[in-house]
Amino acid sequence: MRRIVVAKLSDISEKRSRVVRIDGVEIALFKLSTGEIRAIENSCPHKKGKLSEGIVCDHHVFCPLHDWKVNLDDGLAQAPDEGCVKTYEVEWDEKSGEIALYTNNGNTIDEGSSSRWPT
Amino acid sequence: MKKKLVLIGNGMAGVYCIEQLLKLNPHRYQITIFGSEPHPNYNRILLSSVLQGNSSLKDIVLNDWDWYMDNGITLHAGHKVTKVNTSKKIVHTDSGISAPYDELILATGSLPFMLPLPGADKEGVIAFRDIQDCETMIETSKKFKKGIVIGGGLLGLEAARGLLNLHMDVTVVHLSGTIMDRQLDPTASLMLQRELENQGMKFLLEKNTEAILGGKRVTAVRFKDGSKVDADLVVMAVGIKPNTALARECGIEVNRAIVVDDYMQTSNPHVYAIGECAEHRGTVYGLVAPLFEQGAVLAKRLADVDGEGYQGSVVSAKLKVSEVNVFSAGQFSDSGDTRSVRVQDDFAGVYKKIVVKDGKIIGCILFGDTSDSSRIFALMRRGENIFGKEKEVLLGESAGGANISGVEFAAAMADDEIVCGCNGVPKGTIIQAIQEKGCTSVNDIKYCTKASGSCGGCKPLVADLLAHVLGDDGVTTVKEGICGCTSLGREEVVEAIRSMQLSTSKEVMNVLGWENPEGCSKCRPALNYYLGMVWPEEHADEQESRFVNERNHGNIQKDGTYSVVPRMYGGVTTPEDLRKISDVAIKYSAMVKITGGQRIDLLGIKKEDLPSVWGELDMPSGYAYGKALRTVKTCVGSTWCRFGTQDAIKMGTDLEKRLERINTPAKIKLAVSACPRNCAEATIKDFGVVAIDGGCELYVGGNGGTDVRKADLLVKVKTEEEVVEWAMAYVQHYRETANYNERTSKWVERIGLDKIKQALEKREDRLALKERIEHWLSFTKDPWKEIVENGELRKTFDMLPAPNLVGGPEL
Repeated sequence: MRRIVVAKLSDISEKRSRVVRIDGVEIALFKLSTGEIRAIENSCPHKKGKLSEGIVCDHHVFCPLHDWKVNLDDGLAQAPDEGCVKTYEVEWDEKSGEIALYTNNGNTIDEGSSSRWPT
Repeated sequence: MKKKLVLIGNGMAGVYCIEQLLKLNPHRYQITIFGSEPHPNYNRILLSSVLQGNSSLKDIVLNDWDWYMDNGITLHAGHKVTKVNTSKKIVHTDSGISAPYDELILATGSLPFMLPLPGADKEGVIAFRDIQDCETMIETSKKFKKGIVIGGGLLGLEAARGLLNLHMDVTVVHLSGTIMDRQLDPTASLMLQRELENQGMKFLLEKNTEAILGGKRVTAVRFKDGSKVDADLVVMAVGIKPNTALARECGIEVNRAIVVDDYMQTSNPHVYAIGECAEHRGTVYGLVAPLFEQGAVLAKRLADVDGEGYQGSVVSAKLKVSEVNVFSAGQFSDSGDTRSVRVQDDFAGVYKKIVVKDGKIIGCILFGDTSDSSRIFALMRRGENIFGKEKEVLLGESAGGANISGVEFAAAMADDEIVCGCNGVPKGTIIQAIQEKGCTSVNDIKYCTKASGSCGGCKPLVADLLAHVLGDDGVTTVKEGICGCTSLGREEVVEAIRSMQLSTSKEVMNVLGWENPEGCSKCRPALNYYLGMVWPEEHADEQESRFVNERNHGNIQKDGTYSVVPRMYGGVTTPEDLRKISDVAIKYSAMVKITGGQRIDLLGIKKEDLPSVWGELDMPSGYAYGKALRTVKTCVGSTWCRFGTQDAIKMGTDLEKRLERINTPAKIKLAVSACPRNCAEATIKDFGVVAIDGGCELYVGGNGGTDVRKADLLVKVKTEEEVVEWAMAYVQHYRETANYNERTSKWVERIGLDKIKQALEKREDRLALKERIEHWLSFTKDPWKEIVENGELRKTFDMLPAPNLVGGPEL
């Protein structure tokens, strides 16, 4: 695992998202209305829609392509849809304003760590 | 020890009640049934189809002999009960059988009413009531030719049609001048008469029968006017009378029939009556639906299950004659306080009528096409308010009068046929959701399967599927709010925004008790729109509540790139603009496509390139992505065209310049045609102008997309100033009254064209609306330019800089 500083808190406004690319994978960083940050892969399990462009409601985002509702806490698509998006451990520091992401070395796509990929 | 229950009358009403009772409490009673006919319970309504040769006797048996045995019921068929001793609680038959009871049900039905005419006792004079009458007719038809049916009501016509099928020569004699006058108005009656005459039936109307002539057997019928007609068989079908003799004899209160309370109890507490022999709240029913309703109420009572009691029935009648469809219900004739919608097509032999009082259907007649009968009858029974939709109710959604009803259509669909095109949900999945997951409303289906969750166009079909599986009564209709987060509709939300001066969506959701604290993808953009519409100055547009396209000012494509459509007023461009477009397209490798709205689309632009593309184009946004004014399509008009009566290009360009950047509940498209050839297709636009010699016709509510609809003529005006005035007032009225995401085609249908005309007919009202829309427009700026010139805004289009991974600490 490695810790990567990817953004400043001020880069993202509330209920919005910014995208960072790490090792060729797009990761969407969301700022919730509580000020908390969430990080998930920027690809809807349905048709790979860019979740970063979705409407954020509490800790959920609605995919802009077909309105799938994805839980930003665990990456799970909400019923009736089924599927899961990879989530990333993220931390932020109010003082320094830094947002940091934890990813695996070299290869960000961590097939082993998530058992909830859609089948 | 079980209590003893005796049922007198082995017909549909009584036996249905026993069936229901067995379901509720199979072991409570020891049941004995007496029936005067030597048959098990059969479907009396289908006697006419036996007579007409469509069913055999076996086909119409409802409960066969085994059913009685399997349920431990003692059946005495062919034994007539002649005495009831209510003090000893015992019944006796003419054949010497007696049975004691604790509870007694009288379901003795009714007897055919035989006119007390001289000669009515002759051989060959019968009623049409039971299997034996049917058998007599069938036998008679083998030897004789001429049949006379006295009575041109429902029963008489069914009997007459049966005799025709038996190859008899049939004449129907009727006292009044129109047949089936208890169920039909004169128009429908005449159409029916013509149809039956085509089938070979003859009619003698306004004839009062005086005597039946002949020796031992009937040979002729004589009327009061002195005329005579030959007859080998006379069927009397003038009516029925409740069979109340038993009740009367044992001192139970009888009025026109046996008087019962809401729980079907007679004046004797252990004796009940149901069916045609019972009179409830002054009404005696002779049709099947009430019998079932009464049977169900009594079954509950006997099983000691609480219930509401019987409230009376709304009745309908269907003529069961091959090749003729007739349905009638409720009060079908007009009176001073009713209004009706009528459709008559003599060529197709179709007549439909609904009678409306205080916004509710109180009666209907369907002739020729009865496919909508269940739908309309359901509306009528539910007492649903159909104000403003009267025509739609009668003619169906398309107002073209579809040939089959929605429910029938839904039932006929194959399981794998797609119902919801947006989400690819087939019928089978919806049926499964209803049957296995317990969905009972359109909303349930939406949450369970996604069907109807997107464009909503399939909602009626989903509702029909629900009705098909659950029946009309099984479908839950929940008041639908603007989304799943609330049960409040648009009116209530907008009213709250105005009266409580709410100015952010967060406030609205807090104050109005939203179920999800931050709403959902449906209500957030809607609230943002309503707030902006009500408070053009005060409301700060909430970017985070806008759909991606409106936030990024381009249309997101499936690969996450965007399309860019610059404004091209009236569909007119210049070589200079084309050169700029060409340069940009080459530089950013865009695909170039001509749109349906006379503009140019650049496809495949990456989000981060959008601001540069806009900057290099240096043209205003075409809003091809927004709930906003899209295009104003024009023809070349009088400038070039030899038919053009006006300068369509100028008018279109003017309209586009005045209305560009306006936000609307859903996208709006305009068009201006310079002559009635209408090359700009103005009659399938949200607002269309068709210039004619000396003026312009203004059309509204047209649509050429999801919901193809020909526009309605709003008004004819003379000058171009008037066109602008009406256009702007109309668009503002739409902005103020439509639901978010509701295209004008749906809005016009919902509000009604007349209401819209009313709102716009006074010049002062139009000017006020125009002023409001201009006020709103005064706050708008070209969004592309704004972003290009504002570094902060522009930055949000960029990806975050790639982090330096080399120096990252190893954990």
